[in-house]
Amino acid sequence: MNFLAQIGSVVLALIAEVGRVSLFAKDAILRMVMPPFYGRQLLAQMMRIGYYSLPVVGLTAFFTGGVLALQIFIGGSRFNAENLVSSIVALGITRELGPVLAGLMVAGRVSAAIAAELGTMRVTEQIDALVTLSTNPFKYLVAPRILAAVITMPLLVVVADTIGIMGGFIVGTESLGFNSGAYLKNTVDFLQLADITSGLIKSAVFGFIIALMGCYHGFNSRGGAQGVGRATTNAVVSASILILTTNYLMTSLLFSG
Amino acid sequence: MTRPHIELKNVQKSFGPKHVLNGLDLSVMRGRSMVVIGGSGTGKSVMLKCILGLLRPESGSIYIDGDDVTGMKGRRRDEVLQHFGMLFQGGALFDSLPVWANVAFGLMQGKSMKRDAAREIAIDKLAQVGLGPDVGELYPAELSGGMQKRVGLARAIADNPDIIFFDEPTTGLDPIMADVINNLIVDCVKRLGATTISITHDMASARKIADDIAMIYKGKIIWQGSADEIDDSGNDYVEQFINGRADGPIEMEILKP
Ligand SMILES: Nc1ncnc2c1ncn2[C@@H]1O[C@H](COP(=O)(O)OP(=O)(O)O)[C@@H](O)[C@H]1O
Ligand SMILES: [Mg+2]
Repeated sequence: MNFLAQIGSVVLALIAEVGRVSLFAKDAILRMVMPPFYGRQLLAQMMRIGYYSLPVVGLTAFFTGGVLALQIFIGGSRFNAENLVSSIVALGITRELGPVLAGLMVAGRVSAAIAAELGTMRVTEQIDALVTLSTNPFKYLVAPRILAAVITMPLLVVVADTIGIMGGFIVGTESLGFNSGAYLKNTVDFLQLADITSGLIKSAVFGFIIALMGCYHGFNSRGGAQGVGRATTNAVVSASILILTTNYLMTSLLFSG
Repeated sequence: MTRPHIELKNVQKSFGPKHVLNGLDLSVMRGRSMVVIGGSGTGKSVMLKCILGLLRPESGSIYIDGDDVTGMKGRRRDEVLQHFGMLFQGGALFDSLPVWANVAFGLMQGKSMKRDAAREIAIDKLAQVGLGPDVGELYPAELSGGMQKRVGLARAIADNPDIIFFDEPTTGLDPIMADVINNLIVDCVKRLGATTISITHDMASARKIADDIAMIYKGKIIWQGSADEIDDSGNDYVEQFINGRADGPIEMEILKP
């Protein structure tokens, strides 16, 4: 086939997909704000998405904080800037690494789980069955998942920030020889509220992306086990890419002023 | 009055280049049991999904009680769907919920009934299909095929619908269980006085539950008559189908060597 035609068709397919995702998101948001509300579903999803992600997010944050301290110490020693460790760890974790790494880890866990679950429900006609039982699948399945992710992601990131800074602190005081009081004082003095809130705003957006991608790909999966597998992969990949790109955009917006 | 309860006029539905329904006409009078027979992949399930609004036909009209429901959306569609019950081909039971909650689902979510009241109705409906209250506590994956069909049947009738669809209720069951299901369908329908469309390619089942029979071939109804006329339909396609012969006007899409 003609090379240009091929590029053209890929671009068109991409634009069509963006349009479909936007319509899906619009429907989901509309359904989120209109009654009835499925409180029981929301609580269950908050447990699944938030609470059960705690171990993986905590572990990621701890080791990231630790390794950050180590690297800054080694790198900083080249120009006598070792004492910046505590402040750079705090900044890096709260502004970027906390929300982004938590987002990516939760994307791997939750987008995949949502896509697999809704995909299976789609191919086994359970979503059709919901409709025949006078229950809107957007309200019952999509809205609680998105809402739960938007609520719990910032909470997870608060935990990730704390554990990440603690990881840096432990490495800093135990193996790099910092004085623990001075390390903590540096951290607290240097951090500004905006560092933390910007990360939390980002994480709420990431939560939205994570659940939206899981739901969208699950809802639109076709054709049995293979289709569900494809939906799961697509959900994780697209959620991760969207997290990284919106993160860049949001950083440039949030810190432009 | 002679207005049909369900009427399809010249309904067309394609998936991409593939025409599944090709100008399908069907009418079912109130309180009658219509059985639609036809080979696999001829569009029987698609026809039911068009009536339910799960799929949207490209052209043609569908009337329920004289009201045009084609392309109806939102709250009005929900109101129409309150009158329907559907037994899906694969059961489509919600595998995350115990059996009783499956049966009570439409009452709890669709009609906002209290859990305890809905549970009592569910246990009663389970008893009507010959399942004890202990089965209510199990999960769908723990049930045999025949039990799953019975739970699906209990769920379809839980809200006392006026219209019930049965999509291949006996496929994949042993002949005795198939007959049990047939009897349950006949009983339930009599008790509710509902209008039903059942899909099957099991002639024993068709003879047992049908008042009227229609045969679908290549997306059209090619013969329709009352159940006792089926044996002398004078239609070659019907003859071939009910006698299960490989030779005849119906050509299977198999590549001849
Ligand atoms: N959602 C869909 N997307 C694409 N093709 C479909 C879809 N649903 C059904 N079909 C196709 O329509 C045809 C009729 O399907 P169906 O109504 O399920 O057959 P049956 O008469 O066995 O119930 C099949 O060839 C099937 O591949
Ligand atoms: Mg079918």
